[in-house]
Amino acid sequence: MFAYVIRRLFVGVIMLLVMSLVTFLLFFAGPLDPARFACGKNCSEAQQAQTSKALGFDKSPVVQWSDFVKGVVTGRQFPDDPALRKAAPKLVTDCPTGCLGYSVVSTSTVNKEFKEAIPVSVSIAIFAFIMWIIGGVLFGVIAALFKGRLLDRGIVGIALVFFAFPTFFIGQLFLQFVAIKWRVFEVPDYMSIAEGGIGAWAYNLLLPAFTLALFYMAGYVRMTRAFVLESMGEDYLRTARAKGVRQSRVLFKHALRAALTPLVTMAGLDFASLLGGAIITETVFNFNGLGKLAVVAVNTYDLPTLVGLVILLATFVILANIVVDILYAVIDPRVRVG
Amino acid sequence: MSLSESQLEVSPTPDEPKADDQPQSLEGLSPTKLAVRRFRKDRLSMIAFYVVAFVLVAAILAPIFTKIGIIDPISLNQDDKLIDPTLGGLPRGAAGGITWAHPLGIEPGTGRDVLSRLWYGVTFSLSISLAAAIVAIVVGTVLGIIAGFSGGLIDATVGRLIDLTLSFPQTLMLLALSSIFVAAIQQRTGLSTNPANAVYEIGVLGLFGWPAVARLIRGQVLSIREREFIEAAKLLGASPRRLYFKEILPNVWAPLLVSFTLITPQYVSAEAALSYLGVGIKPPTPTLGNILTDGVNYALTDFTYFLFPAIVIAVIVVSLNLFGDGVRDALDPKADR
Repeated sequence: MFAYVIRRLFVGVIMLLVMSLVTFLLFFAGPLDPARFACGKNCSEAQQAQTSKALGFDKSPVVQWSDFVKGVVTGRQFPDDPALRKAAPKLVTDCPTGCLGYSVVSTSTVNKEFKEAIPVSVSIAIFAFIMWIIGGVLFGVIAALFKGRLLDRGIVGIALVFFAFPTFFIGQLFLQFVAIKWRVFEVPDYMSIAEGGIGAWAYNLLLPAFTLALFYMAGYVRMTRAFVLESMGEDYLRTARAKGVRQSRVLFKHALRAALTPLVTMAGLDFASLLGGAIITETVFNFNGLGKLAVVAVNTYDLPTLVGLVILLATFVILANIVVDILYAVIDPRVRVG
Repeated sequence: MSLSESQLEVSPTPDEPKADDQPQSLEGLSPTKLAVRRFRKDRLSMIAFYVVAFVLVAAILAPIFTKIGIIDPISLNQDDKLIDPTLGGLPRGAAGGITWAHPLGIEPGTGRDVLSRLWYGVTFSLSISLAAAIVAIVVGTVLGIIAGFSGGLIDATVGRLIDLTLSFPQTLMLLALSSIFVAAIQQRTGLSTNPANAVYEIGVLGLFGWPAVARLIRGQVLSIREREFIEAAKLLGASPRRLYFKEILPNVWAPLLVSFTLITPQYVSAEAALSYLGVGIKPPTPTLGNILTDGVNYALTDFTYFLFPAIVIAVIVVSLNLFGDGVRDALDPKADR
């Protein structure tokens, strides 16, 4: 088991290295000078060259990537060019271990930007996750139990509708009608637990998280229904029923347990990718999470922030994959060997 | 699959055993015909099929109708009888200015006909989605067949490539790469903004969409590879290309068709979401995404203008999904038993 974990982690690290290298090639090997974007639109040639040196854009993408990896492992300093650091020692920014880059646009390290944004995204993700798992599994099981009847059709139909309307449309409906026009809720504005206590934190998260949860819930209702129906058709369930096991026990002890395993995998991966920010939902409700940060970075051509975000998010996804694989290995000994 | 095949043949045996490569006899039905019959029996799938067909025909007709002048999605109409300049160009009349001449109302600010814009928007949105789906399917199929058939090192390489592609955060990449790639495409090819945006959207959606297809096809190929007709073809000295595309490809069309119909609506939604984030084709060229994005600004003042594009998107996504589900169920030989 230990060997399996080590092997899986090793593969994960390699994946991360390759992924980050590809990211650097994608973003910095293009025909356009990233310094022109970083430096803004009214930027003289000299300023552009300066920016290029300060951020290390004058080096090849591969060298930039190796600098990045070094920064993650040991930390680094900005400006990137030693001569520039010497010329203006006061302007040097220290970026300690785990350094994900420096953004000229926000004149701070990328890590600092993330530090402010991560609690917002994580809060929305947790809140939405709880809603969609409870709702999705509950309605999915109900639909499966009433298969083919009106209740089943109603649930599946509503799920399909919420799946089909764009998330930003539903979010805007909530924001503009429920909050602004009808004033059922106050317009949500993120408040950390430290600022306003748990009550205010949860209250402000309700609408954004619900918007996000509806989309995922729609998918999970359909999946849960399918998995439960599939496992209810299995022979061992017929055996259990033939032996006289109570229907409720058949459902909860046998059918649900078998159906939940694949769901847990999906949920783990979906949650991990959500930690990196719900781009649409955060944009609709103007929450300054990682997703909103990405949108702002795209509009300001803030490439270091974008690269940092892509790599951070991919790390979440790769880690989640490893955790899920290890959990599988714990459950199923065959995986460890193969 | 042609759905117009005769349904009059009534076979007393609903379950003809698999007869893949046999010529069709009088009393037996080919798997395709059985599938078509199963599909026709499912009312919901048939409705979805008609809606999809209707949308496709409408999408094809839009450019023609624009040319003859039946619909006009582009030219401005600053007529004070239609829009109210004192209210910032909101349409006059109830429900966003709905009249016989403008059945879905008038676009606020510009006075353009909403029906025309939505209609042509369907054409652009569907073209992008279909093109991106084709890119994903083609790349996924080719890599899936090669990986599944060759095994060994090639299979492992494709497998790692799939893992790598899937580890990238999709929405973020679609958004982030646009800042560089659209400009790069313009610089390289000399295209103007909107064609470059379209090329970018199709390319990047396809680029991140192929892994799912490749996995699916690889799995199918693994079992086909062991069948006798492949061995026979190999013994006859068939080239790899012949094996891939003449022997294997015809045997995976069913899952391909299903994934094609299920990927396309995803891309319709993706186009809308990207538009909202400022990526993709910009007005005045209409797409469902950029019309709805504009509608967001008028949600409270001109609700129908906000609602209609969302409904069109939802109808397309739902019907394509139901159609895809129907095709999948119909092609599943276990479905009737």
